[in-house]
Amino acid sequence: MGQPIGEAAGFVSVPVHAPIAGKVAAVGRFPHPLGGEQEAIVIEGDGTDDWHESVTARENVDSLTPEEIKNIVRDAGIVGLGGAAFPTHVKLSPPESKPIDTAILNGCECEPWLTADHRLMLEKPYEILSGFTLIMKGLGCERGIVGVEANKPDAVEAMRSAVPSGSGLKVVALQVKYPQGAEKQLISATLGRQVPSGGLPMDVGVVVQNVGTALAVYEACHLGRPLTRRVVTLTGNPLARPSNFMARIGTLVSSLVDQAGGLEGDAAKVVSGGPMMGMTQFTLDVPVIKGMSGILFLGPSEIDVKDPDPCIRCGHCVHSCPMKLLPTTIEKFVMVEQIEKAVDIGLNDCIECGSCAYVCPSRRRLVHQFKYGKYIAWERKKAAQEKSEREKREN
Amino acid sequence: MRERLIISASPHVRDDVSVEKVMYGVVIALVPALVGSIYFYGMRAAFLTLLAVVACLLTEAVIQRMRGVPVTIRDGSALVTGILIAFNLPPGVPWWIPVVGSIFGIAIGKQVFGGLGYNPLNPALVGRAFLLASWPVHMTTTWLPPNGGTLSGTALRGIDAISQATPLAVLRKASDLIADPSSTTHQLVQAREVLTDLGSADTIVNLFIGNVGGCIGETSVLLLLVGAAYLLYKHLIDWRVPGAYIVTVAVLAWVFGGPSGLLSGNALFHVLSGGLILGAFFMATDMVTSPVSPKGMIIFGVGCGVLTTVIRLIGGYPEGVSYSILLMNVATPLIDRHTRPKKFGEVKKSG
Repeated sequence: MGQPIGEAAGFVSVPVHAPIAGKVAAVGRFPHPLGGEQEAIVIEGDGTDDWHESVTARENVDSLTPEEIKNIVRDAGIVGLGGAAFPTHVKLSPPESKPIDTAILNGCECEPWLTADHRLMLEKPYEILSGFTLIMKGLGCERGIVGVEANKPDAVEAMRSAVPSGSGLKVVALQVKYPQGAEKQLISATLGRQVPSGGLPMDVGVVVQNVGTALAVYEACHLGRPLTRRVVTLTGNPLARPSNFMARIGTLVSSLVDQAGGLEGDAAKVVSGGPMMGMTQFTLDVPVIKGMSGILFLGPSEIDVKDPDPCIRCGHCVHSCPMKLLPTTIEKFVMVEQIEKAVDIGLNDCIECGSCAYVCPSRRRLVHQFKYGKYIAWERKKAAQEKSEREKREN
Repeated sequence: MRERLIISASPHVRDDVSVEKVMYGVVIALVPALVGSIYFYGMRAAFLTLLAVVACLLTEAVIQRMRGVPVTIRDGSALVTGILIAFNLPPGVPWWIPVVGSIFGIAIGKQVFGGLGYNPLNPALVGRAFLLASWPVHMTTTWLPPNGGTLSGTALRGIDAISQATPLAVLRKASDLIADPSSTTHQLVQAREVLTDLGSADTIVNLFIGNVGGCIGETSVLLLLVGAAYLLYKHLIDWRVPGAYIVTVAVLAWVFGGPSGLLSGNALFHVLSGGLILGAFFMATDMVTSPVSPKGMIIFGVGCGVLTTVIRLIGGYPEGVSYSILLMNVATPLIDRHTRPKKFGEVKKSG
């Protein structure tokens, strides 16, 4: 357990480690939560739960240099555990032209229904803050802010009492307003800075990390353990006992369901992630992956299968959009394949939070169209690049 | 566990809203004014409203059947159009007026463009504009006194319907007399007396309650405001359109609407009379035909207010609410294009 079994293929990539002790039984293609099938390794457990000999606790954590922290984080296979699964060591290595002055720890819970971050903050506040301090050291920044939504007063309290005195860490209770846990919205809420359109948080001197990621950094630096498990929320009405699990990466979702007492009601839709942005699953035989924050089960009465009505231009989507876009107009451009015009008015700024589709009285499939439009825009851009490269070569 | 799980793009939950809820919310908001119209003009008001509603629903159903698309008359949009068409008619019009107006409004104002959501103009106002252009006598002289009545249109107190007029029509006549150099001294004195009377506290109170001549649903400001409050509370309309509209009319009427030069107009009279309150809260706010962005809504409301005041003070009609909203409906795509909100994180080009 903890032995590297898959190597990183580039800078924006991390290795994978054995989540249990045992032997590799098979390598093949298996269903993946993000759709389709992916190459995967099957490990047959040997019954023990022992760490690989390469996993050893570290004594002198305080003397680690920023460079050493980044290397440990990379070798431990740590990625953003909020959901996007972006390699953490990349986020810790901003270019020198973009100095980071503030690190924000995201304790907002990215979506309704999920309670993974909440639970973690209650159970491991000291470890999380210790990991966050290491992240700040890796970034070389002085200011650290912990943002927690105000509807979790117990988590705010737990985090506040865990702040070491004189550390300069600040825990702030934020307005409860989806999508408060979205990176750009969180930065705006805590610092009042707007990440420029098309830009990254580092453009305004900020790096945001999820509480789960901070815990993983703590475990990697202090205990020498690679990322082999994460908190997964299993929730939804059809479930007998909705629970949070500290699940090994690679655990089949179906076995987590068994742990949660199985399904009592009819589950018509299974979602990896939350209700607003999650991906629907076609089977429960998918593994827990590093970016899986939860599995949501929805009954037949909870899902919407009605056809959309025509847009009545009520403007609710416009008021709900956290990116201040015009969802209805973008949708109309995408539907008539005028992708360039859609991009002009902000298609690629859309964070796919789902707020517009949530409030739409006509039940229009706005996010669906935006995802499609982005894909077409990306394909066209790629085709144009290839064409210009080909022309360059030919000339 | 099902054999086949449902696959779809996010989000997987939705707020409990629907087009029907929006439309029936508007209907609920129109009920107080409907009750008021029956009180002031008798069962005739209810009868004409019923005719308009039935004609709207039937027209929508027939045309949707002809187009081979699902019949959606249950969504409530044609119901709203029918009520609004009736609300914009003088209570003494013959029975076929609301029927013809409804057929035209739904057929030409809405279904021709593809039905709900695609119409550039408010269908109820299209119907009214058609009626006003085609049967101007019926549409401008068949007022009834606001003292209850019978189905036949004969007022209970036996007052001749034709001799009644709306406060705005009286204002227009008096203003014309004052402006006309050939008016006799006697006429001038009378006209000034009428103006004073229109500005009196009594008139204002009657306008507010609805105890004046006018279209079926437009007279009682009080009852319309009750409905408007419900719409605002339920977030079915945005305050910006009616707010900008009414404030603009008030300011312009005060500045330019007086008989003795600038800043002598009676703003309150202009706000309370005619169809302004009905138009501002129930027709200018029609979602389909008004801008979606906050800034666009303000521009739309101000535009409606300017046009209404111009028509009332200078134009050929005593009232200009319907035409000004129709004209601003046409401008809506242009307003939307130029009032796109600033994106989150949008950087100023000039830097």
